[in-house]
Amino acid sequence: MKFSEQWLREWVNPTLDAAALAHRLTMAGHEVDALEALGAGLDGVVVGEVVEVGRHPDADRLSVCRVATGNGEPVEVVCGAPNVRAGMKSPFAPSGTKLPNGMKLRRSKIRGVVSNGMLCSAVELALGDDEDGIVELPDDAPTGSPLADVLGLPDHAFDLDLTPNRGDCFSVQGIARDVSALTGTTLTAPEIRPVKATIKDKHPVDLVLPDGCPRFAARVIRNTDPRARSPLWMTERLRRSGLRSISPVVDVTNYVMLELGQPLHAYDLARLNGPIRPRLATEGEELTLLDEQHVKVLPNTLVITDDSGVIGLAGMKGGLSTAVTGSTTDVFLEAAYWPPAFMVGRARQYGLHTDASLRFERGVDPELPPDAIERATALLLDIAGGEAGPMVDHVVRKHLPKRDSQSLRRKRLSQVLGTEIETDQVTGILDKLSLSPKADRNGWSVQVPSFRFDIEVEDDLVEEVARVYGYDEIPEKTAVAETPLAIAPESSPDLDRIATSLVARDYQEVITYSFIDEKLDALISGNLPSLKLENPISSEMSVMRNSIWPGLMQAASGNLSRQQDRVRFFEIGNTYHGTVDAPREVLRLAAVALGSALEEQWGYKSQNVDFFDIKADLQALFLGTGCADEFAFSAAEHAALQPGQAAKIKRDGEPVGVLGKIHPQVAKQFEIEQSVYAFELDVAKTFAARVPVAETISKFPAIRRDIAIVVRDDVSAAQLVDAVRSAVPELVRTVRIFDVYKGPGIEAGLKSIALGLILQETSRTLTDDDADTAMAAVLGKLQQEFAAVLRD
Amino acid sequence: MQSLNELVELASSEIDAAGDLSALDAVRVRYLGKKGELTTRLKGLSALPADERPAAGQAINSAKTQLLDTLNARREALQAASLERSLHAEAVDVTLPGRGLSLGGRHPVSRAAMRIEKIFRDAGFGVPTGPEIEDDYHNCTALNIPENHPARAMHDTFYFPGGKLLRTHTSPVQIRSMVEEGVPIRIIAPGRVYRCDSDQTHTPMFHQVEGLVIDRGVSFANLKAVLHQFVENYFERRANLRFRASYFPFTEPSAEVDVEWETGKWLEILGCGMVHPKVLENVGVDPEEFTGYAFGMGIERLAMLRYGVRDLRTFFENDLRFLRQFN
Repeated sequence: MKFSEQWLREWVNPTLDAAALAHRLTMAGHEVDALEALGAGLDGVVVGEVVEVGRHPDADRLSVCRVATGNGEPVEVVCGAPNVRAGMKSPFAPSGTKLPNGMKLRRSKIRGVVSNGMLCSAVELALGDDEDGIVELPDDAPTGSPLADVLGLPDHAFDLDLTPNRGDCFSVQGIARDVSALTGTTLTAPEIRPVKATIKDKHPVDLVLPDGCPRFAARVIRNTDPRARSPLWMTERLRRSGLRSISPVVDVTNYVMLELGQPLHAYDLARLNGPIRPRLATEGEELTLLDEQHVKVLPNTLVITDDSGVIGLAGMKGGLSTAVTGSTTDVFLEAAYWPPAFMVGRARQYGLHTDASLRFERGVDPELPPDAIERATALLLDIAGGEAGPMVDHVVRKHLPKRDSQSLRRKRLSQVLGTEIETDQVTGILDKLSLSPKADRNGWSVQVPSFRFDIEVEDDLVEEVARVYGYDEIPEKTAVAETPLAIAPESSPDLDRIATSLVARDYQEVITYSFIDEKLDALISGNLPSLKLENPISSEMSVMRNSIWPGLMQAASGNLSRQQDRVRFFEIGNTYHGTVDAPREVLRLAAVALGSALEEQWGYKSQNVDFFDIKADLQALFLGTGCADEFAFSAAEHAALQPGQAAKIKRDGEPVGVLGKIHPQVAKQFEIEQSVYAFELDVAKTFAARVPVAETISKFPAIRRDIAIVVRDDVSAAQLVDAVRSAVPELVRTVRIFDVYKGPGIEAGLKSIALGLILQETSRTLTDDDADTAMAAVLGKLQQEFAAVLRD
Repeated sequence: MQSLNELVELASSEIDAAGDLSALDAVRVRYLGKKGELTTRLKGLSALPADERPAAGQAINSAKTQLLDTLNARREALQAASLERSLHAEAVDVTLPGRGLSLGGRHPVSRAAMRIEKIFRDAGFGVPTGPEIEDDYHNCTALNIPENHPARAMHDTFYFPGGKLLRTHTSPVQIRSMVEEGVPIRIIAPGRVYRCDSDQTHTPMFHQVEGLVIDRGVSFANLKAVLHQFVENYFERRANLRFRASYFPFTEPSAEVDVEWETGKWLEILGCGMVHPKVLENVGVDPEEFTGYAFGMGIERLAMLRYGVRDLRTFFENDLRFLRQFN
């Protein structure tokens, strides 16, 4: 909502300057987006009267004019404007004037003729974007008086970002009412007097759908002058409110809308066919709007019809067939009440957000239409002449919104605000807000005025009082919480600890989008069904991710292209599964690593990260659960992973995640040539932790025995370790694999593996004999299960 | 034959001259070895008359003790010198960088979120989360945003076929938490939210923290105090706040909060208000008995202000050169 400060001050004139007023409005909920100074820098520019226009001797398109400036003899001025003519009044900037754009006029010769100044266009005076000719001032503008005085400048344009609940503020009147309440300044509304009908003409209106259109005030005005022009004061106000002047009829309807808040529509009476009937559209109806846009009207939309069919979208935009044109003389004016319930969301359906739809969606005062018609009639007759028929107020009162009385208890006011406000002050605030407060036993009873659509419950009144009283005036009070302490169980996954551990292992956290490219999702997740958005922002963000990997791969790829050659990323976030009716969100931890295992450094032969580097990272995380031995890795197949370098991870037999090398073909889709290792885990299943229970530490020394065996290559390390443990379960504390060897000296298809066993008893010191016996048992088990051969 | 004194003198000078441990040992053998000169003289005592033996023996033993002390002192000196030499050889260039893994880092949005969480956790707030794929009831209806209300146009919503949607704010967690835990309640709920909007100052996904406190006797004055304390703790400085009247369908009264920046400008940082009685009724809480406040803030916005990030979009570009600044 944009309006001129001066216009507002005609209604209410507080002793605040523009900036202070803007602050007050902002604090009271009408955020001032912009406060624009208008008409500054016009010093020296005066009203000039063109006395005489002659041809320039050497230039066809220039005129040589004599301009009266109110100061001495008329001066000679060269002018290039096509609209210059003798007798007109126009802004004149004498030589020596500095224009708003900083240009200083000098007395100069133009094609050999001396020009003593300049007749100015709107652009030159920073008064608009019309550069087609010089500004035409009203004939009664006193010659020689400062232009700023004539135009009412300087001024400010306020641009407010109104909240959707305050439809009543979409007008100078509405803002003025609030400013009056906020500043305690009297509101002086211009008197609206009924315009006497001079003709009897009416046009029939039939309220066939009274709940959709309970009020339709209308009037016929004949014989207006189609050549009339809107006066400068009006076009200036429209301009300062962000609207262009179109024609007197359109300007008047816009002016009344800005002034009072009631959108109006003007029809060309000659083009109407039979009675006006506002109703809901029926299936298949169409309409060409006055901007020649063609729309198919939906059945939930109120339309204006006559015998020819749909002639307008109610409260949004009129139709082309009945629009006023440059030759229209007979006008039919409409000021209707369209209930918000019939308006909200409709403009959006057509992409037709108009000044009218904006207001009707939020609610326009249902008592306003007759006044708006009277106001518009008076203005139009003034500007374009004509004869008015009677104003006809078609209304079905029982369908107009009811405004109940509402009570505000003193107790509630202090309960919600946490402070006491003096009774008189509250009464004063309610009164200034036109809420007609009456004191009662518990506080106040108010009558909500017809223009307020947002006061439905008692707390709405609390807000009104607080808003005018000033939020800043409410003290800060620290509350003592009664809420009992509640802390997450120690065994629940600790995301901060997981993240901190990964950071300590040189991983960088990233945040990638939850919605990704459908193809990439399918590529990584092996065509799992995905949740598709109905209205994605782009095809690259169209499905909810089944895996975090695509996002991490894209982030890695982006960094590779920015000359980073080592990337280690992790992300903790949801993945999305199931169906759109029963979606499932799973919190996951995922990581990718590529490039050198360690950053380039001296004393270390650079080596690319491999499977076991990131497996170590994972195992370190698993240690944090206190249940590292519950985790098992086994070879697996995965759509995104290279066969033979893919593992699934189980905890106590339940799958919790995957680990492996991204398949080179997959990596290629992300434009990554390097080997990428990645893991992804279900956070809840993986990281539920055991609360530690301390065990007694054995006082007796441990014995270490090493053993190297040769087994078939396909025997896994995990199998060997399990066998060792099961051979002497009561003695083995730790089994370490300290060497794996394939190559010369070992037959193809076999491998040598070296195991270090830590043996210990809790109740006595182990002897060498005990150890020998235990190792014999271990070897026996390995020979029996894997045909292991002891290597010397 | 040399006198004993001369012998000791000679031996002492040889000990002093020994440049290393083996030369020193050779001196020891020469005088104190099995066939060493002093040893030989001790053996020669038997050739002396009996009455001279005690005196001569004592003299030789004393010479021997003297020589041994000298030898030991010299040995220790030589050992110390040798250790020093070998330690010197192990000297390193202490300015060379250390080896091994470096340190990664958290994302700045996580960093800001952790800080916000910490402040509220320490003040006794619980930290629940809620689903990102929400239904219309929790995202709008229960929050007093009626169907087709212009307020819904404030949020450009991502929908799924069938009507589910991506939550446009963290406020649905208010509803879920009140239903699950009941009142009194004291929570903040951080998380991802989504709006169908993408330009210089909007990303289609961002993060919010929702706050909710419901109890007996909770007022707007309490809300002002909590947020003022939060802002001063978060930015670690005294801060002027202003509460501007505003409109959210789920709070009444509603306010937007601006903080006065070092430049003197007021910057909007969050929205808040007293929980609307209809919202409380929607979850079966009696608004006469319980009142409360709610607030919502954008984590990216708070991260930008705290860490001087200029462009919102950089948070999701994941450029290592950007991210490493927050390690």
